[in-house]
Amino acid sequence: MADDSGQFRSATIAVLVENEAGVLARVIGLFSGRGYNIESLTVAPVDEDRRLSRITVVTSGTEMVIEQIKAQLDRLVPVHKVSDLSLAGPHLVRELALIKVVGSGDHRVEALRLADAFRARVVDATTESFVFEMTGNAEKIDAFCALMRPIGLAEVSRTGAVAIVRGSSALTVQSHNG
Amino acid sequence: MSATSPHAATQPLTMSGAEVVLRALKDQGVEVIFGYPGGAVLPIYDAIFQQNAIRHILVRHEQAAVHAAEGYARSTGKVGCVLVTSGPGATNAVTGLLDALMDSIPLVCLTGQVPTHLIGNDAFQEADTTGITRPATKHNYLVKRSEDVARVVHEAFHVARSGRPGPVVIDLPKDILINKAPYVEAPPATQPHRSYRPVTTPDMAQIRKAVALMKQAERPVIYAGGGVINSGPEASRLLGDFARLTGFPVTNTLMGLGAFPSQDPQFLGMLGMHGTYEANLVMHGCDVMLNMGARFDDRVTGKLSHFAPTAKKIHADIDPSSINKNVKVDVPIVGDAGQILAAMIQVWKEDSQPPMREALSAWWRQIDEWRGKNCLQYVQQGKIIKPQHAVKRLYEITRESGRETFITTEVGQHQMWAAQYFGFEKPNRWMTSGGLGTMGYGLPAAMGVQIAHPDALVIDIAGEASILMNIQEMATLCQYRLPVKVFILNNEYMGMVRQWQELLHGGRYSESYSAALPDFVKLAESFHGVGLRATEESQLDDVIREMLATDRPVIADICVAKDENCFPMIPSGAAHNEMILGPGQEGGVAGVTDEGKVLV
Ligand SMILES: Cc1ncc(C[n+]2csc(CCOP(=O)(O)OP(=O)(O)O)c2C)c(N)n1
Ligand SMILES: [Mg+2]
Repeated sequence: MADDSGQFRSATIAVLVENEAGVLARVIGLFSGRGYNIESLTVAPVDEDRRLSRITVVTSGTEMVIEQIKAQLDRLVPVHKVSDLSLAGPHLVRELALIKVVGSGDHRVEALRLADAFRARVVDATTESFVFEMTGNAEKIDAFCALMRPIGLAEVSRTGAVAIVRGSSALTVQSHNG
Repeated sequence: MSATSPHAATQPLTMSGAEVVLRALKDQGVEVIFGYPGGAVLPIYDAIFQQNAIRHILVRHEQAAVHAAEGYARSTGKVGCVLVTSGPGATNAVTGLLDALMDSIPLVCLTGQVPTHLIGNDAFQEADTTGITRPATKHNYLVKRSEDVARVVHEAFHVARSGRPGPVVIDLPKDILINKAPYVEAPPATQPHRSYRPVTTPDMAQIRKAVALMKQAERPVIYAGGGVINSGPEASRLLGDFARLTGFPVTNTLMGLGAFPSQDPQFLGMLGMHGTYEANLVMHGCDVMLNMGARFDDRVTGKLSHFAPTAKKIHADIDPSSINKNVKVDVPIVGDAGQILAAMIQVWKEDSQPPMREALSAWWRQIDEWRGKNCLQYVQQGKIIKPQHAVKRLYEITRESGRETFITTEVGQHQMWAAQYFGFEKPNRWMTSGGLGTMGYGLPAAMGVQIAHPDALVIDIAGEASILMNIQEMATLCQYRLPVKVFILNNEYMGMVRQWQELLHGGRYSESYSAALPDFVKLAESFHGVGLRATEESQLDDVIREMLATDRPVIADICVAKDENCFPMIPSGAAHNEMILGPGQEGGVAGVTDEGKVLV
């Protein structure tokens, strides 16, 4: 890989792809085969007739590596469009987490108090457990989990980041006429 | 891309999937398929039997089918076509596919697959072919619906030949081949693919920036690679025009040999690990570098942090991911080499600023001084044939013959000597495994070249170790009366391995001696070919002449010096100006650091 001594940065990259068999394997194989980081990756179809999927991948590297990741992604045949949201301007990043906390007595009270402060919703409850649902950026979820750990954090399921640019500009296939 | 044509549903289907495949191949201009049969592809073999438009060449190993298609493709500029069965047929093809990917050779490889209802069941001869070949191809397809067969074949050819060319696999389950399928024509060239649209036309603003830089260059160089050859012969012609217009020196990569005439006074020879002294020092000392269709491979750059330290770099490539991958450049240009060269010529002529004539003359004086080192000289003395001399004589005698000549190689020292001592005046005459370095490439590649050019002289410059990796193809050569010449530089060693062991591993020659070699003369005869041998210098020319005069497959066993090393050499991890020129200077490798030793 490139011998550049640049700073590491994190990048949130949105990739519009044909929704066809093997496309996710191509993207993941590209990252593992070339030794790029994947911090998180999400994928789902995003158009009416389910022909297009949007992959959001959070990665990190030097500027040269991130440029290389984008160029390599763009080269895949079923890839329509690659957008580096970190460069595209202000953008929203959200992740959904389901967080199970197990405990009794004061711990339950404390768990509910913290959940309230973090705007996490109770989506399941038993006499010795809660499942909280929360959305936010990764740091917020990390912070919530860290606080819950001494109280009885038992299990975490997270989606990984999805992201979109603020304002009226939109990432679509139609605008891709290159 | 639209799916089936509107009448496909209403008309009764008359063709099987296999027949649709063949029809699509024919419409794509395929004349030859290199292949090997098996259960999963029997329907295609049945369809081949019942037509005459496409010729099938039966190889003896699937790897050879792919290399043959590579030789065919690289010598014609067309897409090579391969047909193999499922499971072991497909896995045997993988080396060839990766070879084609690394060297940007357009291929379409059809692989058989178990019927769709058995996929995933570990059925007999099942392999996850699309999974295995995903990182070894430009793209691949598993066809799961009969209505997709024709569309996928057309698309595969488009993907293989456009943009940066490469191999494409189409995995065809047997039920898809047997069931009836609709035929659809290839979409018109004007209809863009839904998602794949490579850029071929360069951005003129970038061209102008590049020309402005070049006009001010005092120590320029043009470093041209395989991209010029892939663009077609016109690009090589334009490269010549541009070089004459600018007066700049030109060097070629291993893959680019032939893109610029070797006899041209502006040619510096090949650059890189075994490139010429002058080419590498020009690269090191230049102030403006134009990289035309090459990819700053580690074999070319040497130590990256010391690569062309004073140069402003212009990089023209059809693949945006090649730009700024290894080397940060100042002016990137994405597009087809031919179009870029044409644009540069136009802008250079329009631009009123004169080039730096005086500085250029000084640069050429410096270059001539470096040339004066005569870095490729060797001493042929006594009876023992020097391998360099064998290649040089082969070159001179074939040139005297005036015949159209194509050279392929295996991998090792002989490959480098071929690159150094055989001159090419035109593109598409030189086929070698550059990126992957695949021993066993040369013989099947030569076979593919000879199929495409039946009357030409096709020579595989080989090593005695490499040739054994696909020697079975002698049978194919004899079956189809392909008069390929195998010119073995037999040093009884895996010479390139031996050289590295000598220079970097204290002369411990671990497993690099070619013990128990066959008698290559008898081997040729046993395949119904002709065997020749030269053991002394005095026999060399006669053997070469007899080889050229023989209209049958020939193996010429040229017994050469056993311990010759290939020079010049930039030791791994070293910079261009730290080149070793010849024996006696091996001390230069003492400076190879552990960092250098980990490199291959
Ligand atoms: C398939 C494969 N296996 C191993 C190698 C590593 N390798 C590179 S050169 C070489 C020796 C080749 O020997 P020979 O064909 O006799 O050529 P020479 O160097 O002697 O000219 C080997 C083993 C390779 N390039 N390809
Ligand atoms: Mg040898």
